[in-house]
Amino acid sequence: MNILLILIPVSIIMGALGLCAFLWTVRSGQYDDDAGTSARILMDDDDNQPGRN
Amino acid sequence: MTTLSACPACAAAPLAERVAAPRVAQPDIILSLPTIHCAGCIAGVERSLRTLPGVKAARVNLSLKRVNVQTETLTDAQLVTRLRDAGFEAHPLDRSVLDTGKDAEGQRLLVKLAVAGFAMMNVMLFSVAIWSGASDSTRELFHMISAAISLPAVLFCGQPFFANAWSALRVRRLNMDVPISLAILLAAGMSLYEVLNHGHHAYFDAALSLTFFLLVGRYLDHRSRRAAHSAARDLAALEVHSALRLTKDSAQSVPVSDLRVGDLVLIPTGVRVPVDGTLISLEATTDRAFLTGESAAVRSLMGAEVQAGEINLGAPFKVQATAVGADTTLRRVAAMVEMAENSRNSYTALADRAAAIYAPAVHLLALFAFIGWAVIGGDIRQALNVAVAVLIITCPCALGLAVPAVSTAAIARLYGKGFLVKSGTALERLAETDTVMFDKTGTLTVPASKAVADLLTPRQQAVARALAQSSTHPVSRAVLAALPAGEPATLSGIVEVAGRGVEGLGTEGLVQLGSGAWLGAEFEGPGLRIGCAPAIALPLTETLRAGAQTAIDGLRAQGLHPGIISGDRASAVTPLADTLGVADHRSGITATEKHTQLQTLAKQGHRVMMVGDGLNDAAALAAAHASVAPSSALDAARNAADIVILNDSLADLPLLMSVARAATRLSKQNFAIAALYNVIAVPVALAGMATPLLAAIAMSVSSITVLANAMRIRRVK
Repeated sequence: MNILLILIPVSIIMGALGLCAFLWTVRSGQYDDDAGTSARILMDDDDNQPGRN
Repeated sequence: MTTLSACPACAAAPLAERVAAPRVAQPDIILSLPTIHCAGCIAGVERSLRTLPGVKAARVNLSLKRVNVQTETLTDAQLVTRLRDAGFEAHPLDRSVLDTGKDAEGQRLLVKLAVAGFAMMNVMLFSVAIWSGASDSTRELFHMISAAISLPAVLFCGQPFFANAWSALRVRRLNMDVPISLAILLAAGMSLYEVLNHGHHAYFDAALSLTFFLLVGRYLDHRSRRAAHSAARDLAALEVHSALRLTKDSAQSVPVSDLRVGDLVLIPTGVRVPVDGTLISLEATTDRAFLTGESAAVRSLMGAEVQAGEINLGAPFKVQATAVGADTTLRRVAAMVEMAENSRNSYTALADRAAAIYAPAVHLLALFAFIGWAVIGGDIRQALNVAVAVLIITCPCALGLAVPAVSTAAIARLYGKGFLVKSGTALERLAETDTVMFDKTGTLTVPASKAVADLLTPRQQAVARALAQSSTHPVSRAVLAALPAGEPATLSGIVEVAGRGVEGLGTEGLVQLGSGAWLGAEFEGPGLRIGCAPAIALPLTETLRAGAQTAIDGLRAQGLHPGIISGDRASAVTPLADTLGVADHRSGITATEKHTQLQTLAKQGHRVMMVGDGLNDAAALAAAHASVAPSSALDAARNAADIVILNDSLADLPLLMSVARAATRLSKQNFAIAALYNVIAVPVALAGMATPLLAAIAMSVSSITVLANAMRIRRVK
């Protein structure tokens, strides 16, 4: 069962990384314009910078 | 281990505050784009702005229907012209009225949701291990880790519920958040106590999934309502809040709030009068639709009273202020609206009424379970365990989701149909109404011209077009709109005669477009005269708004009693009411009388839905049980109304009604489903047989059933 001592921290750290990544997406405003973001994938000259406004 | 696992939630708290902090870099100009709806529009707007010299950057937000433009050299008028040429309607927005464009509240909820989700998933992993047989020291370790993750997470993520519960308790009321907060806190606290005393059962996963599911409900609710709110605020920001004050040698642009009694104010053409005052110029033509509900140009002579809110239709004129700010007629009506709104805020929402029954019942049940087990079993700890199990298994989760899930789905459905639902309880109140009162001018009718084309020869049309397009007067615009597309005639020396019309020189001699009296003709309305020929009357009468008939017939079929309440003359209201088949019509009603009449109807036991657009309707809109305003309405009316129709047509009003009724029905069904779960689960919990696994299953199944039931609102016809 000693393997738990490694696996548990590993799983929690990986989860925390995911959480931090999500918080970054929130901070950079990527959920500010859901309707616009979904429409922009159809544009050829999109600048790929969601949440710049 | 402990410090590590507690870290994400701790780290998230300061992060969330930084997220909420406003950004320093502000875009220079924000324009509202009410007509954009697709990727093509985004590309079109951005491309046309970016190719304009002087524009550094332009970015469209489709959800808010706005564009932010960074520029140092250009004015908003230049940008609006550019967009209009590209085919997009655009309005500059007053930045002081707008929020900074950042949705701080939504981001805070999203961060809490993410932290709750992260904590729930990790704790659930340990819980599954415990349920499948982890024992002794392994179980204790898992419980410890769960506690280390859950406690900070629950304290951080539960804040919205704790805050609401506290504000309700402080005024000695119970709302849904009280049992929610109690269940979350007791479950976490009891579990902590169990873990420290080497107990077998811990409800950390239940506390977290409760928080998570409820936050999902809160976030959805917030998001759909924000779309509506920002649009309403956009409309308010359209009004320009500065005025031209005349001093001895110059005209100075000052904020309206700086104007004082006695100031001389210049009112340019097409602008709203900011103060009540006396007319100093020789004459003025204004539109008083906001006060009387009647859209017609009114001529006043020097010395006449002019009221705040009138629109200058003619040449610029000067006014000496006699009342400013809160003393103007406009503001007095606004104050009346505010009072009526306050009385409406005392309406108790369905969810709160359910909470008022549910909360004491659950708390008493848990208390009896505790006393019963303590007396019979004699084991205080076990008694407390059973009481907590009862609190968790009665699952405020499904109850907390019952109404938000339905209203979110309903508001989203209605938004797609062009309705902005501004108030959380609007749909519930709408579903209760039995009478619908329409304003006439601007609501049931839109001023438009009949097919003028039939009356005129091509040459006459060309002359009329040339004269009409040189003037910004509403009547000229109506004439222009009524004319078929074509080339204007070449005229010379076109001049606008204030309050009369437009004249110029053509090959036939003098050509004139203006009021009948000015043309020397018998009729009163606008007319056209070319050379020596007699003047031709151009009938410009108001027409029925699209879908008005459908709306009235549909609402009547739904059991509502339709009526018309108008400030206009009886001779204008009666024919319209006859056309629409409305027996109950009242004419010549002032703003105050509309308000009192609605109150009288309410006293007679009717619940009235008011549909109106003018300032004279604002107080009535606020006093009605539920209210609707078209988007063309004045912002006072839009702000007073619960629901704003973005389309030009009224045809979807019956759909609005059926969605509102379905929303109330589905909410009640959801309460019934949640109650049914409780009937099954509570005896189990009372018998002391509830385990954390059972609680987790009951919670998820009931929440998902309630959400799935809410989605049925999409199928309402």
